[in-house]
Amino acid sequence: MNSSGERPVVDVAFQGGGVISAAEKVDRAKVLKRLRFGDNAFRHLTRAAAVAVLVILSGIIFSLVYGSLPAMQKFGISFLFDESWNPVTEKFGAIAPIYGTVLTSLIAMLIAVPIGLFIALFLTELCPMWLRRPIGIAVELLAGIPSIIYGIWGLFVFAPFLQQYVQPFLISVFGNVPVLSNLFAGPPYGIGILTAGLILAIMVLPFITSISRDVFDAVPPMLKESAYGLGCTTWEVARYVVLPFTRVGVIGGVMLALGRALGETMAVTFVIGNAHRISGSILAPGTTISATIANEFTEAVGDIYTSSLILLGLILFVITFIVLAFARLMLMRLNARLGK
Amino acid sequence: MATLASGASSPLYAKRRRKNVVTMGMAYAATGFGLSWLALILGVLFWEGFSGLSLRVFTEMTPPPGASGGLLNPIIGSLVMTFLAVLMGTPLGILAGTYLAEYGRYDKLSSVVRFINDILLSAPSIVVGLFIYELMVAQMGHFSGWAGAVALAVIVVPVVVRTTEDMLTLVPDTLREAAASVGLPRSLMIQKVAYRAARAGMITGVLLAIARISGETAPLLFTALNNQFWTNDMNAPVSSLPVVIFQFALSPYKDWQELAWTGALIITMAVLALSITARFLGGERKKS
Repeated sequence: MNSSGERPVVDVAFQGGGVISAAEKVDRAKVLKRLRFGDNAFRHLTRAAAVAVLVILSGIIFSLVYGSLPAMQKFGISFLFDESWNPVTEKFGAIAPIYGTVLTSLIAMLIAVPIGLFIALFLTELCPMWLRRPIGIAVELLAGIPSIIYGIWGLFVFAPFLQQYVQPFLISVFGNVPVLSNLFAGPPYGIGILTAGLILAIMVLPFITSISRDVFDAVPPMLKESAYGLGCTTWEVARYVVLPFTRVGVIGGVMLALGRALGETMAVTFVIGNAHRISGSILAPGTTISATIANEFTEAVGDIYTSSLILLGLILFVITFIVLAFARLMLMRLNARLGK
Repeated sequence: MATLASGASSPLYAKRRRKNVVTMGMAYAATGFGLSWLALILGVLFWEGFSGLSLRVFTEMTPPPGASGGLLNPIIGSLVMTFLAVLMGTPLGILAGTYLAEYGRYDKLSSVVRFINDILLSAPSIVVGLFIYELMVAQMGHFSGWAGAVALAVIVVPVVVRTTEDMLTLVPDTLREAAASVGLPRSLMIQKVAYRAARAGMITGVLLAIARISGETAPLLFTALNNQFWTNDMNAPVSSLPVVIFQFALSPYKDWQELAWTGALIITMAVLALSITARFLGGERKKS
């Protein structure tokens, strides 16, 4: 299809000097003019809509920068490294929420990436054909459940369960192991960094699974069959043929999931505990950027407080933008290789 | 897998087989693990949600703590804001998707828009809330249902752009050429032929967008805020199901928490119904 621009609407009969009366000529010219106008109008309309997508993005960036100017001027770069968060003295710093955001996402990825890849492996190599679609749909339903549902479930079901069974176990097992004892120190609150990380893991699992399955499916069957023909086991085919071939795609999918995890708000807000401090233990309550904004924005009094929260939002947006952009570049590279 | 009888006894072969059995076992276990979460979450949700489900939920307003009541105002609020958001976001999304697929499939602008759109698709929704807060709430000086609807519309746009483009790209060029050969101008070719061929997929996109926004909480928290009472005024704060769930679940009151579960059940059923319908309508659609 020629895409590089408009082709003018012309009247072939008119040009070819067909046998038409003068009145008809005028009529045809009129219709032609209308069509030409409609054609141009529609083209410009769609183009404007495409540009509007860019306008939305620049609007987001501009409004966040504009809203966070007072905080930027007051705290400068030190905002990034300051742990204090005190609405009374109006002293704010972002390091505790950034720490919580990064740590919860890291826990989520550590758990969800291997499991997601294994599920994708199951779906592409082991699963009988008739089961593939139902399981695939089930995994995607998991992705469709709104995050607030994960939040309420995490708060009322998952956190008490962790508090009663898992966390005391972790504390007693790792209590005497150096380094790890700090990681699992303190009373079992139920809510905290670890709980938030686990909930996030469940939430991003479907994203990783569905993208890995798609890229695994894209491996040319010839490659896999050759490896099987050499006598490779299923695992060896997955490990030495499928994974290397799809590496960029898998990395892209993982980064996409990471972007979701970093920005996830409601599920985390329920179970993080909203404590503005950095503690070495992952059992302790903490906070993330998005949870801080969700919890405090409507109650924030004063320009600096509000502005600091918007600045947090800007930081979150910049972080996720970089991660997501990287993810898209990776996926684009895979598609380029597959010749799509 | 082909097994060679002659190699069956060698230790290397046994080791490889063992490794294979272990890793394949892990693949089964991982799948069981993933599916059991779905079962667990839905199970608890049904259990807790159904016990509170009654006609009252759909006919009465949200109660003050300690009293009985329903979820009528948040349900209507959610429906109205979702409807308005789709009304605003869908045309924009379809037009932009049309440009990407029909007019500028290979030009520079399109690749930039496509890239940005993909990022907006997974951008944190709370940031959208902050954006609309700055754009509308701060300018107008008060929270409003309109702001909530616009925030949701911003989330609808990238979803619709993406599916529209994908679906139009799937329309065979021969159809377009056939339309052009009988003298249809390009705009009419798109509207009368391409849209018609891609209709099911485009509707799927809209359904997915509705499913996406009907559970969104973060962008509503500080745009539409919440409202304990019935309101017809979209210029005033409007309550919505997700925000009410958020508020009620975190409250110390037992009846509020029960209502939160019921609300959660209603949202989940709606979202699941939408996404299953979308999937059947769209068939085997490639996901991002």
